[in-house]
Amino acid sequence: MKRFEFVEASSLAQAAKLAAQPNGAVRAGGIDLMDLQKEHLAEPDRVISIRRVPGAAEIREEGGALVIGPLVTLAQLASHPVALAKWKAVAVAAGEAASPQVRNQATVIGNLLQRPRCWYFRNELLQCARKGGPDCLSQEGENRYHAIFENKDCAIVHASNVSPAAMLFDGSVKTVKADGSRREIPLAKLFVKPEVDITKEHVLEAGEVVEALVLPAKAGGDHSSFLAAREKSAFDWPLFSLAVRLEMSGNVVKAAQIVFGAAAPTPLRREKAEAALVGKAIDEATARAAAALCFEDATPMTQNGYKVAMGTALTARAILAAV
Amino acid sequence: MASNSRKNVALDREDVLKLGFAGNVVEKRVTRKDDEVRPWDLETKFQYVGTRVPRFDGLAKATGRAKYTYDVNLPGMLYARFVRTTVAAGTVKEIDLSKALALPGVKAAEQVWDLKNPVRYAGQAVAVVCCETSEQCDDAVRAVKVQYERKPHVVTVEDAIKDDAPQVGNRKNATEPQIGRNAVDVEEIDAALKTAAATVDVTYRTQVQTHTALETHGTVAHFTKDATGAEKLYVWASTQGTFTVREGLCRALKLEANQVEVISEFVGGGFGAKFGADETAIWAARLSKKTGAPVKLMLTRKEEHLCTGNRPDSVQHVRAGCDKDGNLVAWHVRNWGTGGVVPNAGARNPMIYTPRGMKTRKEEFAVLTNCGPQAAMRAPAHPQGAFANEQVVDELAEKLGMDPIAFRLKNDSYKQRPAQYELGKKLIGWERRNPKGGDGPLAGTGARKRGLGVAAATWGVNGGADGTAVAIVISPDGTVEVRNGCQDIGTGTRTLLGLTAGEALGCPKEKIRVRLGHTTDPFGPASGGSVTGPTLSAAGVEAGHAAKLAFLRKLGPKLGVEASSLDVVAGKVTSKDGKSWSWDDACRQLGVESVEITHTRGENFDAGFQGTVGGVQLAEVEVDTETGFVRVIKVVAIQDAGTVINRLTFESQVLGGVIQGISYALYENRWMDRRSGFMLNPNIESYKIAGAADMPEIVTVAFDLANGLNSAGVSGLGEPTVIPTAPAIANAIANATGVRVRELPMTPDRVLAALAAAKGGAK
Ligand SMILES: Cc1cc2nc3c(=O)[nH]c(=O)nc-3n(C[C@H](O)[C@H](O)[C@H](O)COP(=O)(O)OP(=O)(O)OC[C@H]3O[C@@H](n4cnc5c(N)ncnc54)[C@H](O)[C@@H]3O)c2cc1C
Repeated sequence: MKRFEFVEASSLAQAAKLAAQPNGAVRAGGIDLMDLQKEHLAEPDRVISIRRVPGAAEIREEGGALVIGPLVTLAQLASHPVALAKWKAVAVAAGEAASPQVRNQATVIGNLLQRPRCWYFRNELLQCARKGGPDCLSQEGENRYHAIFENKDCAIVHASNVSPAAMLFDGSVKTVKADGSRREIPLAKLFVKPEVDITKEHVLEAGEVVEALVLPAKAGGDHSSFLAAREKSAFDWPLFSLAVRLEMSGNVVKAAQIVFGAAAPTPLRREKAEAALVGKAIDEATARAAAALCFEDATPMTQNGYKVAMGTALTARAILAAV
Repeated sequence: MASNSRKNVALDREDVLKLGFAGNVVEKRVTRKDDEVRPWDLETKFQYVGTRVPRFDGLAKATGRAKYTYDVNLPGMLYARFVRTTVAAGTVKEIDLSKALALPGVKAAEQVWDLKNPVRYAGQAVAVVCCETSEQCDDAVRAVKVQYERKPHVVTVEDAIKDDAPQVGNRKNATEPQIGRNAVDVEEIDAALKTAAATVDVTYRTQVQTHTALETHGTVAHFTKDATGAEKLYVWASTQGTFTVREGLCRALKLEANQVEVISEFVGGGFGAKFGADETAIWAARLSKKTGAPVKLMLTRKEEHLCTGNRPDSVQHVRAGCDKDGNLVAWHVRNWGTGGVVPNAGARNPMIYTPRGMKTRKEEFAVLTNCGPQAAMRAPAHPQGAFANEQVVDELAEKLGMDPIAFRLKNDSYKQRPAQYELGKKLIGWERRNPKGGDGPLAGTGARKRGLGVAAATWGVNGGADGTAVAIVISPDGTVEVRNGCQDIGTGTRTLLGLTAGEALGCPKEKIRVRLGHTTDPFGPASGGSVTGPTLSAAGVEAGHAAKLAFLRKLGPKLGVEASSLDVVAGKVTSKDGKSWSWDDACRQLGVESVEITHTRGENFDAGFQGTVGGVQLAEVEVDTETGFVRVIKVVAIQDAGTVINRLTFESQVLGGVIQGISYALYENRWMDRRSGFMLNPNIESYKIAGAADMPEIVTVAFDLANGLNSAGVSGLGEPTVIPTAPAIANAIANATGVRVRELPMTPDRVLAALAAAKGGAK
């Protein structure tokens, strides 16, 4: 990796100020940043660690919402009793990511902001569209691990386990910028589709630091579900993942949210299927019908058609599990 | 009784050995010199051979006290790193080292590439830098500017055998077919197939697997000159062959054997890719000579994947047939495989089913591609071939409605296999097997279906004398040092040598110290072909016996007893008249003198019970037929290996074989990008290796037998257990689902595709 200066910030506002200077990078757990630096995909001159910021590793319940600080690890969230009780899919998603070692180091916020795993993107020597090259190398290349939706310009899959689950709760991130100003960005607006800007995955400005992930409480959160299919049981990113939350009235669905994770470049709401579930009792047949609807607009590539069958089965299972 | 004699030795005594296993015991005569050890057989009474002994170096490894080459750090040591080609084919026009040499901390930068050579794959070393820190190496590597002229490349077998494919080497990409032994012509095969009651005509595919040993290739070299100006090179190497490294370095640096000392006390695995003085050894030594400082040159994980070796892939087209009773009548296989830039890639289809009268024909094509070179890998060629062969016999059995084990036994002459299968059936619960693929109580009616499968393997017993010798020193404090210059690549060689020598000597095992991995000690084998166990254990037994005789000869006069009336039994010195001395007391009698011997291993015996080892594996799997995921529930591995010296290290080897076999079956794959010619997953994140969470219950069973092939009766175990795992899993998948997956690794996409194809066909 390129040489860099290592700085420890004492507050998030200070971190924002330092990171806004040319070529700064915020480091939380450092898992993804380090990978990016080793492959020279990120070459910061200054790395600003937020590890010493007081109070940043807290999970709180505030006004009915779950507030997750920027040093909260995936392991911490996965075993948090309140999260498990009311924001179940989120805690499960955190607990199913990566491996125990990684979960002890990786932060939840860092997880949302990690860069894609596409092997063309991750190879320094290859100039893919996301890195300013003329085209997406996966289109005619090895695309078995790639997106089956919205994959024409760039076929990365969104890498975070946590984000689809967090979107079930209309979550948002609170940020502080270099000038000290603060804003709140709904997750639905945080992630950037390739057609909008192919070079970045989120709308955060240079130096903008996330202070918290906020997850309002929602009916059905206690039995919301998250499922991921991974080739290996640990130390692997999903081939496909999704989160489902159902608000039930008796045995009938009042409202539903289905969000796909590792299926498209950004987390993907499946509104048509959600609408189809409303007013229905959930059984195997309704779950499968809704699952099939979710894939109507899939555009599989040369090698990843299997994800449609796999995803359809998992979607039905996740719907049944969310009742 | 067959005669079994050792060649070229003055013969003066004969023993009758009981060999084989319960239910199949044979007697063989063996003649030997009077002072030689009685070879171990079924009647040998052991003190600790065959028990469960923790590795002698287990604690050192678990606590980090064991130092691998990677851990060797010498005062003033420099670091070196290679610059590698970033095009898959073409030529190097220019290598500019000037910018690198100008960087701080850079002590040397050398071109290692001859500009006349064509670039054959992305990952070949063109230059090497040597710096004060490892981080400076990162910078220096990037500062070396290399100009290429690109040429078209080809990275897959399918592309390489096309008529218009770019040529990788100096001739056609595919070799002329190598025809196997005893091959009949195609017409004869066709005729035999016409008479067959059941036939198959299928294509199997296996992937390229990289060795991915935990410790990458690497060397620390220190070139020194003493006060007299004498040059000496000390080398710490992560290697499977200390003496082959020494030999290679002597040649490369024009040194004499006595000027090079190779040290490999602990090695983090090799799997066949770490023989000889590789480019890390040669360049670490050259740079040390040039800079006058010790130099460490360890490869990165990426380099390890790109250029240190791999198991070739295969496309195997098999036509086979059997008569109505299940006797094989014809077997025709054509296979293609790529060893990258090395024209050696055959799946070889090592057949263990060769009934009399079967017509066979094997045609093997090695295909050159612009990929990293293959290297021997744990049972070279066998896992590929077995993946096809063991499924083909299942496919034929299925067509006849025969049990696959019964079918195999019809065509297999391996003596212990029937007993191994009986045991295996019991341990896996074979009676639960679905009578028809995909259909039965075990498969059930849900989306997740279970099934059982089986496969077998046979492997040769290798290893011999070849100059191997063992030194033993018995000290007055009672310690027994056993020394050989070869390496322990993680298999437990250190413990094996200590136990065999100690058993023959009779001393308490707590007194044994083993030193391996110094070429200043007696010669030992390179660890390949499962030779280390048979070679060293026999050397250990013989040397232990020789040490005992020498010890007693010295001890007799001191105790005032005839040496010939003394013996060492279970850790005590005893005399014929009933006296006994504790080991420590007896050794104290030596005063200040040690007993030292060096014994050269004797030749193998002409014919023991069997010149092969074999085993069977049975697997239970669960297939999620909606998502395509395969989960292995249980593997039973039954293996013979001659005398089992240490049950713990036996289990460790079998477990390791099965684990690597599962990884090969379901996960590992080198993905090449056809457009750039690059390997897309040179890491251990997207090059997927099975992890702890993917492991099933694994039951290992040692099938004890005495083979009488060498003094210890040890047959070697490192390779055979990796062979049957993948086909046993594949056969279990077929039993669970009724569908065959004919390509490795059997990932969800392929399982789903096979299921979909079967459904389509049924419509
Ligand atoms: C082997 C392996 C397997 C994995 N498998 C999975 C998986 O299955 N599912 C999954 O979801 N993930 C997986 N991961 C990814 C892992 O969870 C993420 O890399 C990790 O969560 C990132 O968190 P971090 O704290 O280490 O982030 P860092 O590396 O510190 O940061 C990541 C990025 O976010 C930025 N950043 C971090 N915190 C802030 C902040 N507060 N404000 C602004 N910017 C910030 C950094 O600048 C950087 O760009 C895996 C990782 C590995 C190594």
